[in-house]
Amino acid sequence: MTARPPALDVDALIADRRTRIIVCCGSGGVGKTTTAAAIGLRAAEQGRHVVVLTVDPARRLAQSMGLSSLDNTPRLVQGLSGAASDPQEGNDSASAGSLHAMMLDMKRTFDEIVEAHADPDRAAQILANPFYQSLSSSFAGTQEYMAMEKLGQLRRADEWDLIVVDTPPSRSALDFLDAPQRLARFLDGRLLRLLTTPAKVGGRAYLRVLNAGLGMVTGVLTKILGTSMLRDVQTFVSALDTMFGGFRERADYTYRLLRAPGTAFLVVAAPEPDALREASYFVERLDTEGMPLAGLLLNRVTQVPARHLSAARSLAAAEMLEAPASGGPDAPSGFEALAAREMSGRSVRTDEPAHPEEAARLLAVSALRLHAAHMEQAAAERRACEQFTAAHPLVPVAEIPAQPEDVHDLDGLRRIGNAFATGRRADASTGAA
Amino acid sequence: MATRDTDWDGVRLHVVTGKGGTGKTTVAGALALALAADGRNVLLMEVEGRQGIAQLFDVPPLPYAERRIAVGLGTDARPGGDVYALVADPESALIEYLEMFYGMRYAGTTLARLGIMDFATTIAPGLRDVLLTGKAAEAVRRKDGSRGRRYDAVVMDAPPTGRIGRFLNVTSDLSDLAKVGPIRGHADTVQKVIRSPETVVHFVTVLEEMPVQETLDGIAELASLGGIRPGGIFVNMTRPLALSNGQLQAASAGSLDQSLLALGLKSAGLDDSTTLVAQLAGELSQQARSILAHDEQQERLDETGRPCYRLPWISGGIDLAGLYRLAAALRAQRAA
Repeated sequence: MTARPPALDVDALIADRRTRIIVCCGSGGVGKTTTAAAIGLRAAEQGRHVVVLTVDPARRLAQSMGLSSLDNTPRLVQGLSGAASDPQEGNDSASAGSLHAMMLDMKRTFDEIVEAHADPDRAAQILANPFYQSLSSSFAGTQEYMAMEKLGQLRRADEWDLIVVDTPPSRSALDFLDAPQRLARFLDGRLLRLLTTPAKVGGRAYLRVLNAGLGMVTGVLTKILGTSMLRDVQTFVSALDTMFGGFRERADYTYRLLRAPGTAFLVVAAPEPDALREASYFVERLDTEGMPLAGLLLNRVTQVPARHLSAARSLAAAEMLEAPASGGPDAPSGFEALAAREMSGRSVRTDEPAHPEEAARLLAVSALRLHAAHMEQAAAERRACEQFTAAHPLVPVAEIPAQPEDVHDLDGLRRIGNAFATGRRADASTGAA
Repeated sequence: MATRDTDWDGVRLHVVTGKGGTGKTTVAGALALALAADGRNVLLMEVEGRQGIAQLFDVPPLPYAERRIAVGLGTDARPGGDVYALVADPESALIEYLEMFYGMRYAGTTLARLGIMDFATTIAPGLRDVLLTGKAAEAVRRKDGSRGRRYDAVVMDAPPTGRIGRFLNVTSDLSDLAKVGPIRGHADTVQKVIRSPETVVHFVTVLEEMPVQETLDGIAELASLGGIRPGGIFVNMTRPLALSNGQLQAASAGSLDQSLLALGLKSAGLDDSTTLVAQLAGELSQQARSILAHDEQQERLDETGRPCYRLPWISGGIDLAGLYRLAAALRAQRAA
C-alpha cells in the first residue's frame, strides 16, 4: 500500500471568496481548457461571478456554453442553474452567480495596449510597422505575454470575483511564466537599443570602442537578416520607447499578481508519464517562484468498477472462450482476425452472430478483453501517479474520470465539475448508462 | 531499388505533426523504424528541444549530432537498416550555418555566448523555423559518395498542428522581415525542398472531436499555402471491440442483453455474481459509446480522401517492443 496524496478540494477552493484567480496550467492535450470551463461553470452555479479566459480557439467549447464563438470580449453564458442567466431580469436570489467566457486575441490585445498608450499618429505608425506586425502575431511568447496582460486587465476591471484562466499550449508548460519576462526583457533590453541606435553612438572614446565591437555584431546580424530588417526594428523601438514606461513594468505587475494571495494554480495532467513529468517540473517551478499551488488535477482517469477481476484472470477467460472457435491452431482467433481487419482500416464490426451461444461468446470475449485492457490501463495510470506523489507527497490531488464522449453542452461540463464534489475518488457511476 | 510499393514511394522528408497528446513523437519514431526496413537508413529529427526521442527510445539525452539509436524493423527478407536521431536547436543550426557559408565558426560561437544568437532568432520569428527546416532539407539532400543520398528518408517530429503552417511556410514569414540577404536565399532553397514531391506532411490524431478538427484545419491550411503536400492521417490509439453492429448499438444504448453476457461468462468459468455481469456490461456500454463517437470522427477524416492508418492502443505505455509493434502495423498498412 503506497501513501495516498492529500485530497484536493476544488469545491472548497471555489467556495472561498478570497480566491480571485485560478490558473489552469499543464502540458498540451491534457484537457486544460475544458477543465477551466468546468471549474468556471461550477463556481458560477455556486454563486460566484466568474469569467473564464481561454487561449484555445475551441469552437466546440464555445458551443457547449451556448456561444457561437469566443472572442476578445467576455460573453455571458446562458442556462446556468441557480444563477441569474440575464442580469437585467433581476434574479434576486443571493446565491445567483454568473459566467462569462472569452478567448484571447493576442494581436487585438497588443493593438489595444498601443492604442491606449500612444497618440493616434504614433499608434498608427507602430501598428503599420512590419516588425510590430510580426511581433504581435507570431512572436514566440507574445501569446503568453498577452494572456497575462489580459489577466491583469480583467483583474483591474474588478467586474468579476473569480477569473479562471487557461494557459497557452506552449512548447513547455512553463513558457507562460517565462515568456512575458523574456519579451519584456527583449523589448526593454539594452542590446536592442544599442544595436538599433548606431547613429547616436560616437563622440566619446569608450563608446567608439564599444562601437567597434558592435560593428562586428551588426555585421553578422546583417549577414543573417539583411539591412531592412534591422531598420524596421530600429523604427519600431524608437516609436515604442517614447510611448510608455516599459514592458518590463507591465510584466512585473502580472508576475506580482500571480504571486498575490487570492491566486491559485491548478496543474492539470493526464495520468500518464509525460504529462506527469511536465506537471512535476511545474510544481517545482511554482515552488521556486513562491507561487501558490492549490494542487494537481488528474484528468481522464480510467474508472474500472469490477476491480476484483484481475487483468490476468480476465484475459485467461477470454482466451479460453476463443480457443474452441478457431479452425485449428494456425487459424487466427476471432479477435486477432478482427485486429488484422482493424489494421487494414476496414470495418471493426463482426458479422451478426447466428446463434445465441455465439452471441454470448462474442459478448463475453469482448467484455473480458476490454476489462483486461482497462485494468492494465488503470494500473499504468496508478504507477505514473505514484511516481508523482512519491516526488511530491504534499501536493493535493483530485481526479476527473474519463468521459466516454466529448463535451457538447453545459451538462457535459457539469459532469466534469461533479467530480469535484465527490472529492478525489470520482463518481464511478458517471456515464455508465 | 524499391522492393515493394508503399503509399509514399519517392518521399524523402516525412514531416509529422499532430495536436499535443495524440502521440506525435511516438508515431514519428514508429514511422522511422518502419521506413528503415530493408536496410534503409533513416534520420529521425526533433526540433522542439523536449528530448522526446531519447525518452521514447530509452537512450540518454541526445546532442546536436546525428547518433545511431536503433535498428530498423527487420523483415524475413532483410535485416533493418539504421535509425539515426538528431535533436536540432536553432542556435546550433545558426552557428553551423555561419560556419558552412561564411567560415565564421569562431565568431558564431562567441556571439552565441553573448546572447546574440538568441537575439537574432528572437527578432526574426521566421528565422528559427528556417534554420530548423533548413537542417532537415540539408539532411535530405546530403550525398554519401558511393550510395547516393546519405539518408533514404528523414522523419521530422515537427511542431504541433496549430503551428505547422507557419513553421513550414518560412519564406512568407521571412519575406516581410528579411527581404534580401543570404538567409532569404537560404529560405528559398529550403522552400524548394519543402514544396517538392519529396516532402509530405503527416497528421497524427486520435478519434476525438478536437484533434480531428485540428487535423482537418491543418490539411486545409496546407492547401491554402500551395505546394506543401499533405501526407497520411495516422489514427493513433485505436481500440477495436469485437462486437456485431447490433450488439454495439444495444451496448451504447445501455440495453445489452445481460443474460447473454452472463451465459458467455459462465462458459468461461466466471459465474460468481450478477454484479460482475452488470459491471462488465457497464464497461462495454461506455466503450460502445466511445466507438460510435469515434466512428463519426473517422467519417470526417475519410472525407479528406487522405489515406488513414490505424495504430492500436498499446496497454501499459509505449516501450521499445510496443514501438516495433506500431512500426509493423504501419508497414502492414503500406505507410512505409
